[in-house]
Amino acid sequence: MSENVKVVENATCTFCGCVCDDMILTVDMDEKRITKSKNACILGKAWFAEHYIEEDAPVAMIDNRPVSMEEAVEEAARTLVNARFPITYGLSDTTCEAQRQAVAITDTIRGNIDTTTSVCHGPSGIALQGVGESTMTLGEVKNRADLVIYWGGNPAESHPRHFGRYAVTAKGMFTPRGKKDRHVVLVDVRRTPSAPAASQFIQVKPGKDFEVLWALRALVKNRRIDPDIEEETGVSLETMEELVERMKNCRYGVLFFGMGLTMTRGRHFNSGALLALATDLNEYTHFVAKPVRGHGNVTGADNVMSWQTGYPFGVNFSRGFPRFNPGEFTTVDLLAKRDVDAALIVATDPASNFPQAAIDHLANIPVVCLDTKATLTSKLAHVAFRTSTYGINTAGTVYRMDDVPITLRKAFDSPFPNDEEILTAIRKRVRELVLARGQARGATGVSRAAAPLQ
Amino acid sequence: MPETMLLIPGRSSKQGTSLNKGKLGDEYLDITSTVEINADEMVRLGFNSGDRLRLKNHIGEAVVTCVSKKATDLPEGMIFIAYGPTSSRLMESDTAGSGMPLSKHISVEVEKIG
Repeated sequence: MSENVKVVENATCTFCGCVCDDMILTVDMDEKRITKSKNACILGKAWFAEHYIEEDAPVAMIDNRPVSMEEAVEEAARTLVNARFPITYGLSDTTCEAQRQAVAITDTIRGNIDTTTSVCHGPSGIALQGVGESTMTLGEVKNRADLVIYWGGNPAESHPRHFGRYAVTAKGMFTPRGKKDRHVVLVDVRRTPSAPAASQFIQVKPGKDFEVLWALRALVKNRRIDPDIEEETGVSLETMEELVERMKNCRYGVLFFGMGLTMTRGRHFNSGALLALATDLNEYTHFVAKPVRGHGNVTGADNVMSWQTGYPFGVNFSRGFPRFNPGEFTTVDLLAKRDVDAALIVATDPASNFPQAAIDHLANIPVVCLDTKATLTSKLAHVAFRTSTYGINTAGTVYRMDDVPITLRKAFDSPFPNDEEILTAIRKRVRELVLARGQARGATGVSRAAAPLQ
Repeated sequence: MPETMLLIPGRSSKQGTSLNKGKLGDEYLDITSTVEINADEMVRLGFNSGDRLRLKNHIGEAVVTCVSKKATDLPEGMIFIAYGPTSSRLMESDTAGSGMPLSKHISVEVEKIG
């Protein structure tokens, strides 16, 4: 380690949706890498340690051939403008400022835009549009919650500081003894490493979450449930009755839920049942629910999409105005049905986690990819940009999983441009190409593309 | 005779740390192609930790390495894998009009290779 060291206080980790903003980073400015990340969890430490500068990586490539930034922007813009049905996808690991540019590009080219929300808590988004959401901030949970239920999630491995910073051992205004002032329940199909943190573990049979949630709703409303519910769900009636009494009689209860609900049979019905249960319980006490969000700014993606288009994900601009329809305008569906002919992928790697049919089509169309590292998606991309890392080399805004915006501060500079810079350049060139095409066709009137750049 | 089991892809700490090193690296690829199986079931099926298994369903197939998991932590009939390229090969693309493919609770046939 060199002697040229800088300490950055109150830095933010953007690895997961906890977005912990109490990092103290030690940066080796000569080697351009973070050597210590105080307060970070195991995932955060890996995030900071592994996002160093790979000086020999090209800033951009076309068909795996190194090119200049300008050439790559030109090719990316032409690829998107020449497509009949282009899509934009990803956006959960970048700043709100970059997300905004991606929406503008998609609007201009009359494409389709979707975020990783559609394969994360998209079903929860659908559910809350149907049944509403009794919600809160994590600060309220820390200060008030005396009953915390995690359903279908494993925060010990996916959000390691969720327990200590917000919901289990965190000491708050009305929970001064931390875990001693709370009852913590974990509901899941397997005993995960999160179980030791809980006061109680309830094991549900796979695919039976909806049935258990609906039975709990019935019990909250004093309806009779047949004892053979245990045979169906794996959870005894006695356990459910005891849990319902605990929920009705707590001072402040919270249901955190994960992808054990959204990624399984029932999807938005599962999330909807849980959200409705939380709302029902407000007849008796204060009860809230919140999805535990994965990527660092996936919540920001929902917010930016909502304020720019009116909808949180799965938005189509092909008719010149935004339309929302999960199942039709969501990326897995569009790729698997081979509907689309070009893709702009920002800060995500669908080639490593989408269903094979979707990956197969992605490999057959021109892809423009922005990422901090080489991935399976960047390997198959027609145009691949290497970007700096948000929260480490780039400032900006992200949203914590409870919709609280947090401002990032950068630790050290990167030679690579950030997503916002690249997307702004692509947007500018896309706009020029669309306007030129409109003039060549004799179009009149003010095109959306002619609106001033912001 | 292949055994039909329920594949549960999910997050793990090692997956989370290794993906930061790079998704093209050996560590990430090893972690995302290793499955956990209930220890009692491993004995019943004649599997040992480190054995290579073939997972197969109507979507595709994948080869994985198995490790034993304490019987109290993973019910019989269920296998856990960290999300990644391997689980993608077995995932159906139909989203039932929701946008979300069924990414957990994937029915697979499991058999030992060699």
